[in-house]
Amino acid sequence: MTHVAAAPAGRRDPYALGHGEGAAAGHGAGGPASKRIIVGYGFWIFLLSDIVMFSALFATYAVLVDRTAGGPSGKDLFDLGSAAAETGFLLASSFICGLASLAAAVRSKRWFYIAMAATCILGLGFLALEIDEFAKFIIEGNGPTRSAFLSAFFTLVGCHGLHVSGGILWLLTMIAQVFAKGFRADIMRRFLCFALFWHALDIIWVGLFTIVYLMGVYV
Amino acid sequence: MGVVSGRPPWPSRAKRGVGSRQAGRLALAGALAIGLSGCDWGVLDPKGPVGAADRTILIDSVAIMLAIVIPTIIAILAFAWWFRASNPRARYLPDFVYSGRVELVVWSIPLLTIILLGGVTWIGAHELDPAKPLASPNKPLPIQVVSLDWKWLFIYPEQKVATVNRLVAPVGVPLQLSLTSSSVMNVFFVPQLGSMIYTMNGMTVHLNLEADQPGVYHGLSAHFSGDGFSDMHFDVQAISAADFSAWAQQSGASDQILDASAYEDLAKQSANLPPKVYRLADENLFNDIVTQKLPPGPGPQAGRPNPTVKPH
Amino acid sequence: MLGKLSWEAIPFDQPIPLFAASAVILIALGVLIYVGVKGWLPYLWREWITSVDHKRIGVMYTFLAMIMLLRGSVDAAMMRSQQAVAFHAPGYLPPDHYDQIFSAHGTIMIFFVGMPFVIGLANFVVPLQLGVRDVAFPTLNSVGFWLTATGALLVNLSLIFGEFARTGWLPFPPLSEATYSPGVGVDYYLWSLEISGLGTLVAGINLVTTILKVRAPGMTYMRMTIFCWTVLASNLLIIAAFPVLTATLAMLLLDRYLGFHFFTNEAGGNMMMFMNLIWVWGHPEVYILVLPAFGIYSEVVSTFSGKPLFGYRSMVVATMAICLISFMVWLHHFFTMGAGGDVNAIFGIASSIIAVPTGVKIYNWLFTMYGGRIRYATPMIWSVGFMITFAIGGLTGVLLAVPPADFVLHNSLFLVAHFHNVIIGAVVFGAFAGYTYWFPKAFGFKLHEGLGRLAAIFWIAGFYVTFIPLYIVGLMGMTRRMQHYDVADWRPWVLIAGIGGVLTAIGIGFQVAQLAVSIRRREQLRDDTGDPWDGRSLEWATPSPPPAFNFAVLPNVTGEEPYWGVKQRARERMALSEEPNYEAIEMPRNSPTGFVCAFFATLMGFALIWHIWWLVIAGAVGAYATFVVFAWRDRDEYLIPAETVARIDRANRQARREALNRLRRDQ
Repeated sequence: MTHVAAAPAGRRDPYALGHGEGAAAGHGAGGPASKRIIVGYGFWIFLLSDIVMFSALFATYAVLVDRTAGGPSGKDLFDLGSAAAETGFLLASSFICGLASLAAAVRSKRWFYIAMAATCILGLGFLALEIDEFAKFIIEGNGPTRSAFLSAFFTLVGCHGLHVSGGILWLLTMIAQVFAKGFRADIMRRFLCFALFWHALDIIWVGLFTIVYLMGVYV
Repeated sequence: MGVVSGRPPWPSRAKRGVGSRQAGRLALAGALAIGLSGCDWGVLDPKGPVGAADRTILIDSVAIMLAIVIPTIIAILAFAWWFRASNPRARYLPDFVYSGRVELVVWSIPLLTIILLGGVTWIGAHELDPAKPLASPNKPLPIQVVSLDWKWLFIYPEQKVATVNRLVAPVGVPLQLSLTSSSVMNVFFVPQLGSMIYTMNGMTVHLNLEADQPGVYHGLSAHFSGDGFSDMHFDVQAISAADFSAWAQQSGASDQILDASAYEDLAKQSANLPPKVYRLADENLFNDIVTQKLPPGPGPQAGRPNPTVKPH
Repeated sequence: MLGKLSWEAIPFDQPIPLFAASAVILIALGVLIYVGVKGWLPYLWREWITSVDHKRIGVMYTFLAMIMLLRGSVDAAMMRSQQAVAFHAPGYLPPDHYDQIFSAHGTIMIFFVGMPFVIGLANFVVPLQLGVRDVAFPTLNSVGFWLTATGALLVNLSLIFGEFARTGWLPFPPLSEATYSPGVGVDYYLWSLEISGLGTLVAGINLVTTILKVRAPGMTYMRMTIFCWTVLASNLLIIAAFPVLTATLAMLLLDRYLGFHFFTNEAGGNMMMFMNLIWVWGHPEVYILVLPAFGIYSEVVSTFSGKPLFGYRSMVVATMAICLISFMVWLHHFFTMGAGGDVNAIFGIASSIIAVPTGVKIYNWLFTMYGGRIRYATPMIWSVGFMITFAIGGLTGVLLAVPPADFVLHNSLFLVAHFHNVIIGAVVFGAFAGYTYWFPKAFGFKLHEGLGRLAAIFWIAGFYVTFIPLYIVGLMGMTRRMQHYDVADWRPWVLIAGIGGVLTAIGIGFQVAQLAVSIRRREQLRDDTGDPWDGRSLEWATPSPPPAFNFAVLPNVTGEEPYWGVKQRARERMALSEEPNYEAIEMPRNSPTGFVCAFFATLMGFALIWHIWWLVIAGAVGAYATFVVFAWRDRDEYLIPAETVARIDRANRQARREALNRLRRDQ
């Protein structure tokens, strides 16, 4: 294959669209992007797809929120204090995950482990509160099989909880990776993805807290 | 004329091979049969105002689009033929890659067509909305329709009768159908009367139809609902208003009673039921089905309580 | 121990399923044993199964699609033949079996023929057309393929163990709920699609990232081929639509497995919600299939007319308009559910609007042919056949978009004819055109031309003979999915449709023959230069088949149709441009991650279907372990030395030099 030299004089560009040699209409036109950009970009797209999935669950929840089949509605069930605590745990864990990113940026293993451990504990705290809430509902007979509303609630909130659980598994794996191999370039890229994931879960929780808990109780 | 079954209109022949002369005769007979009214042309041969309006829109839309599509297909064939490489008379225009005029035309022609069709769509969707009552000097006849596994139940609340797999209707009277399902989704469809509609458990949908000519029309379910789906057809018998009153009165004296327990029998899975007439004992029956006071149909029973592989 | 699985799951007492199951087992075992005995397994493992090369993965996707096309066509043949005989008669397929066959037919054709074909061609071609070495995420690419293969495997396992869904290719509740479908059939469907849906999503992320972030220097968006644009649009749709499918099927799984009430009759479930969600995915899905096919036609028509594509810019606009609007039309799949005049009208108008950019595309192809010198190789025959067929299919589609027309045609055989018209006429014909067009690039020799033409002619004829009668009988009121019928007027048309099926089967036969003959005669059909069709885009600048690294030096793109420009200059000067400086190239290492992950996914899927809970957990642990093992590897690339790069490239340059000399001699 040859280097393509500049277009010879006199040969008209058939579409008259070329903006000149090497002019970039998008970042990709400078040649393939760096691995870090490619990985980050691809993971963002994955996150967007995950948000679409949550949107489908949100839409279902919105449609089914009033179909309580004679059972309790959100107003009857939700404990806003517990939900607020969960929000606190998750927001704090997101902040501390940011600290872990900074620690990785300055290559400090000690602070990285501390921040990640704290993130993990806060995440587990969130999960503990959520599992407790779910167990309480189920024991009282208001489990997901009680009504369409409860099916939608458990699925939407539970899906987020499953993502958090997966995130914690990933978190522990990242700690193990840094421990075994240090802050290698590919591990840093993976950690970038983890951090994006963790923060995205936080954003989804904000939506959940608002639409499910706040609107469920006050609207 | 709608018929549920009958002899094919062409001469029957034995199972030997069909020679070419006989094939020609067969084709001609087939063509004639299509031309004559002996064929049931379903949607294209409506017997009521809704079906007629549906057909008008269908044909008009096709005509509008054919005005574009036929010249396009001709152009495709023409260009494909003329510009073949072996044609020395065709001009080679390798730089012809953009033309403002062509762009204007190829964007505006589909756009104008779609605007026209959009008008048809807007007006048609509103005029022919299933729930829209039909204009008629006659008082509408309410009929309640329930789709079950795998049969149709028609309840006449004013006449206090009910039928299975046969819809008897007076000609020229708007039929005010309220529909639901006892179990899974189905679609109530009588091609020669026009629009169809879904039936769903726990909900009521509304459809207004009318038969303008007496006759027997084919009705079916147009949404797959399980193993017995192919047997979910029913007759629509359109008769004069006087005949209808007589029929209603006669049916009121039927010894078959439709009440909650008869309904629960019907709700069990079965197919190919012959048409049957009931006296309606419980006038809240339809309502009870919709509100699920009468529970939805039970579904396949074989293999319970541990259904695994084979449902029968 | 084995959940619901028992010997009863194998259809020993049903002759036709037993025959099908035995055939599948014998063929699979036969192939495995043959490959093993010939000693090909190490080669296959090293070069194909663990490959992360987009070209190999693309070929495997396409191969999967073609195998599943055979299975789906057998289903179709059984459906047509059953309907041909089942007039006032039960036919040879009892209802529960017939119901599985049409459900499997649709599921397989959409998810395991259409999708893999389109994704496979995209995978193979796009990095070559973009002038780069591979996709953005090569190992993930392999994972995506093998997960798709897992889905296909699970569907076929239902032939042997248990049953398949009996609900149609979309499992509408309440029929698909546990109450009305208590068997394992719907579970096979759901898990198979959840797993392969993950694979599709991965492919979508990969291709979008590649097109947006991994292009040769100088390749601005407006210098990409239209095929790349359509693949971009299609994969954006995948990213936006497949998560909805995942969520919806998950909700149905929760209903079935854990007694939730999303779509049940009782406790507030809402079956209309399923219809909305599934079609929010379902309509973009058909555009996911058709957009790359449109891209293929753009490439083929332009190449074989000897002209650049007409109206490149408006093609791009039309493509992205279709991409966007396809998300706004989903309700036209259930106009008859009673949403009311306003809602129906709005969605009807939106559905008609999508005909505008589609029409623009047809006219652009038309004017590409105008002023061209058209060579009628097989891909061009498919393309012209497509243009005519699709015009009809589009007409019937816009017709169905008018609610009152749909009120009498919904779910009829008219609808069935319409969607087969557009799927076969556009997607399948396009896939075959692409397959024939890029086959020499992938394997180094062309497909036999004569057999290809016969295949095209029989497929096109077969399409019309099968589906025009179905349009007619749909207008007569015949609905779809009938296992038997009693209306005499429908019979002749159903019989003619059966004959059409035979014609199509002959077409498929010719394609199989074409492949066999081409392999046998590959030396005569050899493509020496890498440019057998006088192509215009960058993939034709590489040797056939391209080396692992695609391009010895990434091309520096300065205009549209970069390869055509290079070729024209070389022809004018009667000399190639000067040899580049060859450097060593780093390529990603092969990895068994995809295959092993899919192995565990298969175990998990099967175990979930049969309620073998310990195996589910074991599979999940295994799948996670696979990723951890992958994450732990230290070397993920290998080096191709500069001398190897130079040797391969010089051989290709020599072949092209000789072709130039032959050209000079002939002038």
